[in-house]
Amino acid sequence: MAPDTQRATRFIQQREKNVNEPAQEPIIIVESVYKRFKRVHALSDVSLTVQQGEVVVVVGPSGSGKSTLLRCLNHLESVDGGRIIVDGIHLTDKATDINQVRAEIGMVFQQFNLFPHLTVLENIALAQRVVRKRGDEESEQVARDLLDKVGIPEKASNYPSQLSGGQQQRVAIARALAMNPKIMLFDEPTSALDPEMIKEVLDVMLALAQEGMTMVVVSHEMGFAKAAADRTIFMDEGRIIEVGVRDQLFTAPTHERTKLFLSKVLH
Amino acid sequence: MQNMPWWALILALLGLFLLFQILNNEDYHRAFVFLLAGIRLTVIITLTAYVVAATIGLIAGLGRVSDHLIPYTISTLYVELIRGVPMLVQLIYVAFVVVPMGISAINGLGGWILHVPALAGTLHGPAQWMVERSIRNVDMTTRGIIGLAIGYGAYEAEVYRAGIQSIEKGQMEAARSLGMNYFQAMRYIILPQAIRRVLPPLGNDFIAMLKDSSLLSALAVRELTQLGKLNRASTFRTFETWNTVTFLYLTMTVLLSMLVKLLERRLAID
Repeated sequence: MAPDTQRATRFIQQREKNVNEPAQEPIIIVESVYKRFKRVHALSDVSLTVQQGEVVVVVGPSGSGKSTLLRCLNHLESVDGGRIIVDGIHLTDKATDINQVRAEIGMVFQQFNLFPHLTVLENIALAQRVVRKRGDEESEQVARDLLDKVGIPEKASNYPSQLSGGQQQRVAIARALAMNPKIMLFDEPTSALDPEMIKEVLDVMLALAQEGMTMVVVSHEMGFAKAAADRTIFMDEGRIIEVGVRDQLFTAPTHERTKLFLSKVLH
Repeated sequence: MQNMPWWALILALLGLFLLFQILNNEDYHRAFVFLLAGIRLTVIITLTAYVVAATIGLIAGLGRVSDHLIPYTISTLYVELIRGVPMLVQLIYVAFVVVPMGISAINGLGGWILHVPALAGTLHGPAQWMVERSIRNVDMTTRGIIGLAIGYGAYEAEVYRAGIQSIEKGQMEAARSLGMNYFQAMRYIILPQAIRRVLPPLGNDFIAMLKDSSLLSALAVRELTQLGKLNRASTFRTFETWNTVTFLYLTMTVLLSMLVKLLERRLAID
């Protein structure tokens, strides 16, 4: 019941936003993108648009190109063909200052990738100071607020190695949020976690979705897709095979390959 | 019995024996007093050359991991060139070829500035200074330090390169995904971790450099080995002289390697 109410609220909020700013451009536009690693086609002819405030969940077998697609969205991978436009900026354009774009796109990795030589607080504060040019006090305050938000304010002065996997991933989310990104990308954020820690991370992501954050999430967590996804995308062999509204992909897949894949993942 | 560090005990006993000789035997004592100035210069040479080598190494190491062709090519050329030439030849080459060439280049540049009316006015003082430089201004100690630093810079470059490449790729990706540029990511994320990892090999290279500073005796620099040669020549006390020289080098290197081991253990705990 709760997720439905939330979705409704969000829908109304978006509606209002759309009334105020009519005919809004999608915040992410992917136009027939190709990407090759040596002889392997990681992405072939992938097109996708994401509206502001939308939550898109991407599923697919390993090697299907879903992580590559995500990494192309903040130019951790360059594309071999096609165009990617994020927040009106062409990523594929050579003149684009990629660092500026990246500061607007938060990314959460499967392996957390926290900075092990810095405390939790410094992990969250560093990029604010270096990239956003915030003062020490302000960046520390933002970091503490975010630690409150992800539920581990008491870990501020710990080092990442002293935290559990779930806590580390929540710090990683806080670190990305500290830049006030317009978009958050999640690359299998719960895949490296012990089962009992998955929920605490998903709860943070869910709260974020409810606040209207634009999110692209590579994950097989059906619970999250059910509660938060506006669209679910199934990828295989570098192509988008099927797109379902909300969690339809899980409940009523139409494509054979989707069905086959889901029968293997869902128990 | 097997686990006893017998070698350390034997080394310590030998050291004590030498120390006893230095304190009681007149020839040993005279050699020791004469060599003291050499120890001082050896330490100064090693410290100075090491600081320069570590700096050159860091810059060249960054070049070695660069994606850009020019810094990569220059630093790789430097590393490969140096590592293929014996240290002694390098020292001689730097002292008698590179430094004189550098002086000529400075002379030439100064002369050129004086001939360009637009520059000669404002830069007259520095240009005049450059023209007046002579190879006699650069003593052999300085040339030796430059040679050691250039030579060891190449080895330090490889140490830094290995350290940087040992940091997980995800660290750079996480830093870049937060909007940091390449240099910010290096400065705040990669290098602090990489340098911590390579401190033990950097320490070992400091010890190696202390030993290689003895090669400066070929340039007649009055460091420890050169003073040993001089002491032997004036006293004809060959055994006493070289026993003392060896004892002094060993004392320094053993103490330093204990320091490096301590450092290694301290870092391993983190």
